[in-house]
Amino acid sequence: MIGMLSSAMHLMTRTMTKLLLLILLLPFAATAADEHVRLDQAPIDIRDAASLQRGAKIFVNYCLNCHSAQYMRYNRLVDIGLTDQQIRDNLMFASNKVGDTMTVAMRKADGAKWFGTAPPDLTVVARSRGPDWIYTYLRSYYRDDSTTTGWNNLVFPSVAMPHVLWELQGQQVLTVETHEGAHGKEQHRTLALASAGTLSSPEYDKLVADLVNYLVFMGEPMQITRTRMGYVVLMGLAVLFVLAYLLKKEYWKDVH
Amino acid sequence: MPDSPVNKRRRYLVAATSAAGGVAVLAAATPFVLSMFPSARARAAGAPVEVDISKVEPGMLIRAEWRSKPVWVLHRTPEMLKTLPELDSVVADPKSEAPMQPDYAKNEYRSIKPEWLVLVGICTHLGCSPTDKLQPGPDSGLGADWKGGFFCPCHGSKFDLAGRVFKDVPAPTNLQVPRYEFLTDTRLRIGEDAKGS
Amino acid sequence: MTRSQAFLNWIDERFPLTTLWKEHLSEYYAPKNFNFWYYFGSLALLVLVLQIVTGIFLTMNYKPDATQAFGSVEYIMRDVPAGWLIRYMHSTGASMFFIVVYLHMFRGLLYGSYRKPRELLWVLGVIIYLALMAEAFFGYLLPWGQMSYWGAQVIVNLFGAVPFIGEDLAVWIRGDYVVSDATLNRFFAFHVIAIPLVLLALVVAHIIALHEVGSNNPDGIEIKKTKDPDGRPLDGIPFHPYYTVKDIVGVVVFLAVFSFIIFFMPEVGGYFLEYNNFIPADPLKTPPHIAPVWYFTPYYAMLRAVPAFLGTQFWGVLVMGAAVLIFFLLPWLDRSPVKSIRYKGPYYKIALTLFTISFLVLGWLGTQPTAFLGAIGKTEIAVVLARLFTVVYFAFFLLMPWYSRIDSYKPKPKRVTE
Repeated sequence: MIGMLSSAMHLMTRTMTKLLLLILLLPFAATAADEHVRLDQAPIDIRDAASLQRGAKIFVNYCLNCHSAQYMRYNRLVDIGLTDQQIRDNLMFASNKVGDTMTVAMRKADGAKWFGTAPPDLTVVARSRGPDWIYTYLRSYYRDDSTTTGWNNLVFPSVAMPHVLWELQGQQVLTVETHEGAHGKEQHRTLALASAGTLSSPEYDKLVADLVNYLVFMGEPMQITRTRMGYVVLMGLAVLFVLAYLLKKEYWKDVH
Repeated sequence: MPDSPVNKRRRYLVAATSAAGGVAVLAAATPFVLSMFPSARARAAGAPVEVDISKVEPGMLIRAEWRSKPVWVLHRTPEMLKTLPELDSVVADPKSEAPMQPDYAKNEYRSIKPEWLVLVGICTHLGCSPTDKLQPGPDSGLGADWKGGFFCPCHGSKFDLAGRVFKDVPAPTNLQVPRYEFLTDTRLRIGEDAKGS
Repeated sequence: MTRSQAFLNWIDERFPLTTLWKEHLSEYYAPKNFNFWYYFGSLALLVLVLQIVTGIFLTMNYKPDATQAFGSVEYIMRDVPAGWLIRYMHSTGASMFFIVVYLHMFRGLLYGSYRKPRELLWVLGVIIYLALMAEAFFGYLLPWGQMSYWGAQVIVNLFGAVPFIGEDLAVWIRGDYVVSDATLNRFFAFHVIAIPLVLLALVVAHIIALHEVGSNNPDGIEIKKTKDPDGRPLDGIPFHPYYTVKDIVGVVVFLAVFSFIIFFMPEVGGYFLEYNNFIPADPLKTPPHIAPVWYFTPYYAMLRAVPAFLGTQFWGVLVMGAAVLIFFLLPWLDRSPVKSIRYKGPYYKIALTLFTISFLVLGWLGTQPTAFLGAIGKTEIAVVLARLFTVVYFAFFLLMPWYSRIDSYKPKPKRVTE
């Protein structure tokens, strides 16, 4: 097998090798010229039960008014250390059956009428958009009088959703600088806080981090169990491998 | 022929690997078997229901639903309770020997508190829901000496005001008393008690 | 006679159990020099069983209805006890099936397993490959996510590119004018029962065909040509116990890889479980970038590489179809006097290396939007590369009758080497 590869490589011309290297490196060159917003890395730690509980509270208070999480049952929150009673007292406003799912009172048709598009369900948003995207999105709102809501977002231009958390963050404004760069006209976009909210910037970032942490948990509630089980299964398979290998070697003594 | 060391080693390894493999197969089968148990949705739908009994006057019967089954809550009057010992000789299971009720309902009233009767409203014959004939007397259509109770229209089974089945009717056992508890004096939880569901 | 002996006799008088056991296991002589590449056949069988078993349990809770499908998958993930594990086993198993099958096919290319007298074995295998692709395609619609919906829309539209009958054909396949509940229901029927039955029948035929002529081996020589006085191939060993015990090791290693993925990274960066598929299907909103699942991307890259001629995109469909169907011709394209690459000359080694590289590069290109490498003028670089490697891919097959004949070769041994 190795002999085959080395003779093949030997016979490949240097230009072929150059072409291969070019192909492998080009993607990195391409992204530098992209128009995509750089996403901040969300500090996710789903083992932090306190963070998840804070995030659950933020989610229920700020998001569930318009968005649903129709595949998430309230009583699943026992996985992050809450009791049924705590869930009922702190997190449930409409019904009090902990087995219910997080549906929302707003009808889809009304949502579409009021916002232009119905607010999407958020149960698995952390799996489709990714935590980094959501973390950056919730911190990238800025004032923009040209939109119907008065808000715009760097990560999701012309988004129909208003800045629900504006009282906490404060109001950001956008400055755009255009200058000549290596690949033609480049736009430099920066956000700055024009008026403060009730939370400082680091406090707001922490709040959003808790919320995104919760969304990651809600997207796949069994992920902690999953990894724990994985260690046990792999250890078991290691034992099985040793036995199976010894068994094979023993029988194959006959053959050699 | 005695076992050579080679054969012994082989036998041992086959046994050890088979044992480990057996454990692996059981472990692999577990999620599939587990998946067939009631899901969280089924458990939520089958969860206990809470009933407010503050507005149920003496003599009144209200209906609740638990696990898609009708559950009756009857506020019995002292007169209703007096009929029960009089019927001991005409009901099939006067002392509730058959396991149709939790321990705390295995008494003459078949309930936690004498004035509150909780029953699953499904006839123990073939599953119809009996009608309530709470008033005594001939107006019930069940004869002049009818003392009050329940009558199943499908095949004519009769039950008294504790849900006990009469003798010589198609239904074999008393009406079922579900697990229940008093959360407060005016709130019942049906389907679950302190010991669980 | 023991009781179990008597019981076995009773069965054997009515069903050829011991005969089958001997013919196909304890007295089926396989070459003793099977190497790493020979694990993948039994692994493919394992994955087939896995997919069927996990599939059955998924079907207990999945709802094949456009309004309920997406929700039922999340129901399985959250509310059904251990449902998430069964779902991940099935999604990982689907991708693993293709990894195993591609490696299994590659073994065939390495050692000439498609050569006479194994042409029919190879043909059956290619039919299994086609059935597997259909199975994966139908199955992918079932979660009813954005990728499911739009992927199906694109592929069915390919059939719409067929001249004259295209539009009607696409409507007939969909059962509707666009991919809809009708399409979902019939794809469910195909995925859950029709193709699994076909696959099982084909796999049985594939194994019968193999056992009829006997297995090939890394040296590409026929072990049946050298037999001992009892008629047993000198270089053969009974499949049971030697290869049963060896394949168990292979199975355990496979399960370790399988488990690592399921328990630690089931999405595999979006390649095994695509991110966009966590958004419910929306017929009114096309995702910015539609790509098929990774195992189809080599052919997808070819499809996109072929330009429209005479106002139709059908040529791309033809090229894509030809890329798969050309595998059927392999037994008759290879004119080398030896079977195995071990004894072939540099032409075949270069050709196979280039073919492998082109398959991998085309696969990678197929995962990305065509603009991702930029453009020179109006031509996109990725499209140029895709065209180049499509030519290399086809050259492997089309030039084979020539280069396999003029290639040098080493004399093949009489007996297998270790």
